Amino acid sequence: MSLLEVSDLHVSFRTTDGDVQAVRGVSFELDAGRTLGIVGESGSGKSVCTQTLLGLTTGARVRGTARFEGEDLLSVSEDEFRAVRGAKIAAIFQDPLSSLHPLYKVGWQIVEMIRAHEPVNRAVARRRAVDLLGLVGIPHPAQRIDDYPHQFSGGMRQRALIAMALALDPKLVIADEPTTALDATVQAQILDLLLRLQQENGMALIMITHDLGVIAGLADEVMVMYAGRAAERADRRGLYYRAHHPYTNGLLESIPSSGAAGARLRPIPGQPPSLIRLPSGCAFHPRCEFAMDRCTREQPELVPVEDGVRHASACWLPGRLLGTTEEMKRARQDAGAAGRTVERVPGQSTGQDAAVEEGAA
Amino acid sequence: MSTDSTSGGAEVGQPPTAESAATGPLVEVREAVKYFPIRQGIVFKREAGRVHAVEGVSLTVRRGETLGLVGETGCGKSTLARCITKLHPLTSGTLLFEGQDITGLSRSQVRPFRRRMQMIFQDPYGSLNPRRRVGSIIGDPFAIHGEGARDERKPKVQELMELVGLNPEHYNRFPAEFSGGQRQRIGVARALALKPSLIVADEPVSALDVSIQAQILNLLEDLQREFGLTYVFISHDLSVVRHVSDRIAVMYLGQVVELAGSEELHGRPRHPYTNALLSAASVADPDQAAARQRIVLTGDVPSPIAPPTGCRFHPRCPKAQEICVEQTPPLVARAGDPDSHLTACHFPVAPGEDLTRVTATIPEEERAE
Ligand SMILES: Nc1ncnc2c1ncn2[C@@H]1O[C@H](COP(=O)(O)OP(=O)(O)OP(=O)(O)O)[C@@H](O)[C@H]1O
Ligand SMILES: Nc1ncnc2c1ncn2[C@@H]1O[C@H](COP(=O)(O)OP(=O)(O)OP(=O)(O)O)[C@@H](O)[C@H]1O
Ligand code: SF4
Ligand code: SF4
Ligand SMILES: [Mg+2]
Ligand SMILES: [Mg+2]
Repeated sequence: MSLLEVSDLHVSFRTTDGDVQAVRGVSFELDAGRTLGIVGESGSGKSVCTQTLLGLTTGARVRGTARFEGEDLLSVSEDEFRAVRGAKIAAIFQDPLSSLHPLYKVGWQIVEMIRAHEPVNRAVARRRAVDLLGLVGIPHPAQRIDDYPHQFSGGMRQRALIAMALALDPKLVIADEPTTALDATVQAQILDLLLRLQQENGMALIMITHDLGVIAGLADEVMVMYAGRAAERADRRGLYYRAHHPYTNGLLESIPSSGAAGARLRPIPGQPPSLIRLPSGCAFHPRCEFAMDRCTREQPELVPVEDGVRHASACWLPGRLLGTTEEMKRARQDAGAAGRTVERVPGQSTGQDAAVEEGAA
Repeated sequence: MSTDSTSGGAEVGQPPTAESAATGPLVEVREAVKYFPIRQGIVFKREAGRVHAVEGVSLTVRRGETLGLVGETGCGKSTLARCITKLHPLTSGTLLFEGQDITGLSRSQVRPFRRRMQMIFQDPYGSLNPRRRVGSIIGDPFAIHGEGARDERKPKVQELMELVGLNPEHYNRFPAEFSGGQRQRIGVARALALKPSLIVADEPVSALDVSIQAQILNLLEDLQREFGLTYVFISHDLSVVRHVSDRIAVMYLGQVVELAGSEELHGRPRHPYTNALLSAASVADPDQAAARQRIVLTGDVPSPIAPPTGCRFHPRCPKAQEICVEQTPPLVARAGDPDSHLTACHFPVAPGEDLTRVTATIPEEERAE
């Protein structure tokens, strides 16, 4: 049993225009000591998906299960949920200023958090808060503990938030764009810190970010989301060097590369779909250069596309189109033909039986 | 004198020569200083200190170029940008726009200049009023500057929408009906409305996924070519800044510490902070990420309320020596560098020098903070 097992999670919001289907059947599992990176389209449901685990999507309609240490987070009562969430699952969000109360001292906020969950006196809690601030690299923590949030720099505030998230020794930390507002040196320090703490405490980490560089540096596994579903899942080398899904490849090719400074960027054409009126079949088909007839009719499920490693893609293209982006580009030339072949030969599309050449990577 | 009033230089009110107006830099900032007072006390607010957000920045923005602005979190990039677009008054120093000194101009005097400089912000969600229709949001600048009657504005707005890749038929929709990338296009359309010559973009693509980000960057590039726009572009994403910028200014604690052409800066970074920053840039390639040698900076960013003496980077610099504690290094071209490559450092990093192996020359305790 994994630490966290999310299965067929659906989340939707009722709005005056109709139902916003923010998450449409997402499943994943995560073991202790491992990091799952989640990337994908703006508005693809990354935050909603994880906020649902934290009980933060009030007013949403939620379906599916999310077993944490065997217990379904989605069916426990609110009180039980809060107890589990605060103590064993912690969250770090992008904006440390809005997560720390501006009128209370940083240390006081950590102390209160500890005392809300554990029967310890103020002095003990305060000692632990000092230790934690030191652990996350705040210099002179015994003095800085009585500072207000505005007296900390952006990087220090983000570290204070991490200290707070770690105060109760959580088993799972969910970090949603934790370093987006920070410069590269501070970002690198914070990621190092998270990795170190993960090695020391064996906590599991979910890292949501648009920065594919951050993911490349720390995720064990990566889930790519598009329009509320997982488009692809792979270990990080598999994802970067042998991406299968056209959306994943589109993302990788959109990154400005240092070699070709000034060259035109190659974004995926078109706009993300409306989550109220989703396209039929594969939600990516209006923007996909490989789209075939079948894609407009049938929604592809996440299926294995490689032998021997965990690598799955929700796309009707055959598994043999796997490859580095370079190979992918070459494969693209005969892709149309390959795609149509698949259409006529049901079963081949799972990629299971299509011989998979290991990428050059 | 109140802290926020200006003390312009001798050039105040001096008309620009015809030549400088046409060919000189679009923006020139001289010795710009911006302090924010920190007040304490509930009833009697007294000034308890000042945040030295920008301190003695001099730089020019050339016509038609993109100047990238990078640096430590909280180093004053946004503040400098807001000073350039006259959203913040300078505490001291001079600001020239198209050769004219606009430092001390009054609200009404600055108006004609203001329309020629626009800002685009990071948050496409937060900066748009959810209750107003997109057409009227984009038309705001026309209304503010009293341009055209209400019914004349619609076709203008629709032309702008088309220009930035929005469907003009969506004129009456609300912001919530647009995706993050489209909302950023709305921000761009609004910034373009009055045909500005300068656009200051503060983290314009940070909230977007890389594909939508690429769309917006391409859009900005097209608009620049078509209208000869000048950009000041702020971002923490170094690969983005490298992609868009002709020149890059690196800031640390309120000051510009290095300024050079984009490729020159990446190829031969001279300031130790620039070296550390570039070495920490994330790379979207797992094997390269694992093989990367990072220069790890010790210590935390010092307080901008009481910045360190001499070179402000000295408490964290692996190359710091006694002189760095005492003397502020000027931002000048260093030996062996082209005239356009400026570095504020007494001991610039030599090409090929490996800072990951340098050990501090001043013991930790002796470093003044
Ligand atoms: N309370 C709500 N009511 C209605 N729609 C919502 C609500 N919360 C989120 N949504 C919608 O759900 C979708 C998924 O949002 P989510 O915040 O998970 O995206 P995301 O993948 O985190 O995007 P980003 O990368 O921009 O942060 C979006 O279309 C969003 O507008
Ligand atoms: N209105 C204000 N009042 C007081 N202090 C301010 C104000 N605006 C900015 N500051 C301070 O001035 C300094 C520079 O801030 P600024 O926002 O310009 O930094 P930045 O380089 O844009 O940082 P980031 O990369 O985090 O956006 C910071 O120490 C900040 O706390
Ligand atoms: S299923 Fe079809 S439309 Fe969807 S990504 Fe694959 S090829 Fe493209
Ligand atoms: S002047 Fe001295 S302290 Fe400052 S960056 Fe150069 S070597 Fe380092
Ligand atoms: Mg999000
Ligand atoms: Mg800023």
